[in-house]
Amino acid sequence: MKNRRRVKNQNGIANIYLVLVFLVLYAPIFYLMYYSFNSGGTMHKFEGFTLDYYREVVADTRLMIIVINTLVIALLSSAIATIIAVIGALAIHHVRSRRAKNTLLSLNNVLIVSPDVIIGASFLILFTIVGIKLGFTSVLLSHVAFSIPIAVIMILPHLQEMSPTLTDAARDLGATRRDVLTKVILPIIKPGIFSGFFMALTYSLDDFAVTFFVTGNGYSTLSVEIYSRARQGVSLSINALSTLIFLFTILLVIGYYYLNQRKSRPPVQIAEPVAEAGVPR
Amino acid sequence: MMSKGKSYYLIPYYLWIALFVIAPVLLVVYYSLFDLEGKLTLNNYVNFFTPVYMRMMLNSFWYAFLITVFSLLVAYPAAYLLTRTKHKQLWLLLIILPTWINLLLKTYAFIGIFGTFGPVNNFFDLVGLGEQQILFTGFSFVFVSVYIFIPFMILPIFSALDEMNLSLVDAARDLGASGWTTFRRVVFPLTISGVRSGCMAVFIPALSLFMITRLIAGNRVITLGTAIEQHFLVTQDWGMGSTVAVFLIAIMALFMILTGGSRKGVRG
Repeated sequence: MKNRRRVKNQNGIANIYLVLVFLVLYAPIFYLMYYSFNSGGTMHKFEGFTLDYYREVVADTRLMIIVINTLVIALLSSAIATIIAVIGALAIHHVRSRRAKNTLLSLNNVLIVSPDVIIGASFLILFTIVGIKLGFTSVLLSHVAFSIPIAVIMILPHLQEMSPTLTDAARDLGATRRDVLTKVILPIIKPGIFSGFFMALTYSLDDFAVTFFVTGNGYSTLSVEIYSRARQGVSLSINALSTLIFLFTILLVIGYYYLNQRKSRPPVQIAEPVAEAGVPR
Repeated sequence: MMSKGKSYYLIPYYLWIALFVIAPVLLVVYYSLFDLEGKLTLNNYVNFFTPVYMRMMLNSFWYAFLITVFSLLVAYPAAYLLTRTKHKQLWLLLIILPTWINLLLKTYAFIGIFGTFGPVNNFFDLVGLGEQQILFTGFSFVFVSVYIFIPFMILPIFSALDEMNLSLVDAARDLGASGWTTFRRVVFPLTISGVRSGCMAVFIPALSLFMITRLIAGNRVITLGTAIEQHFLVTQDWGMGSTVAVFLIAIMALFMILTGGSRKGVRG
């Protein structure tokens, strides 16, 4: 209680600081959105309201194909990554020796802490050596590869929370290994699987650096496309596009948190591994 | 418990580790031993220790250091104040939200904001400072990077602060410690693990960013990341690029061992 009183006196400055941080965090995003309606064609002088750039975005078939590419890669790669991650989490969970467990965990986390340029460059070498053509396959494979560890990290805590007596009881009651897995373990870790899938999805949608290395000519995802357009300077169709992406992201996040709320898990628990991961892609 | 018998279902995961975790690192090391003509050589390593690369490395470290320090300076008070708000989970969510938005879009926004006719320059004009070249400088690179990284710094510090036992602060105050002493001797040491993971989440990516340097710093700032990208995708000198990558991996490993080791110490 004492604390609260002490803080109250400084509430003014404290609030101003927080408001300032939020303002800085959101200003660029709203700045982008605001100018997407500018008929002036620049990002500094607002001349009049227009929806031209949105029409441009929607009419741009190449861009629409890229959007579809991005979504296909994201959904497909996170689905595959989540399946492999479930296996991985089970593997880590079942290893008895502490040392082996730590080794597996460290190997699992290598890609999370590695800088994207290194992941991208080393995957580029790998694909070239193996002889995989740069394009859809190479992008899909790399997205699967870098999504697996984060999904494992989201699933593992749920496995560890599970009481071992449950599986023992199921075995005692005559369940086969398969039954134990599908009827006991999977339902219990389901929330973890969902959050793993969601994280993989956002990683994939957001990734630029790795994809940039492993896309060949002719194949592109949204972030690579944005990069090449942004390098050419300001074009308000990027603003319109980013506004649409922003709205889509918000919907996705709201949907995710809604799902999570129903499972009544505190959001911090989900946020924490993200912070550990920390690597913006 | 499960018997050891049929564990072939584990194959995909182990295959992933072998192919996408271990093999890439080995390949990078292997490639660093070849020059442009594909001859086995140690020249890349010799080249790395020439002034050009050394300056680049120092530069890269300096910028990463600046970015980490500024992120920490902004994030710590913010995280602290966040833990004192009423609906802290909601506010935290609002801090996280911008991180879901593509980094390139946020970076792109700053091209407009820092541009010659952008709002910042308008403000400078108004104050009487006149127009400044902000884009394509080291400053804009640091600013945009800090902007991008702040949420990643706030999150771990927030969790550390949130876990902290508040009665310890009260105890310190009751024993006569001033606000600053309480912070320095009690609060900060208790949250050092959060600060560490925050710094790790910022420093390593800051060493290897290349898109922000390209878009905002206009090749004025060259980091290890920019060098790797340049060697791999522009000059096609994979050997030299791999050599830079090897050093980046080594730095990263060193950093992890340092922070990981001491973290274990803190937890006892």
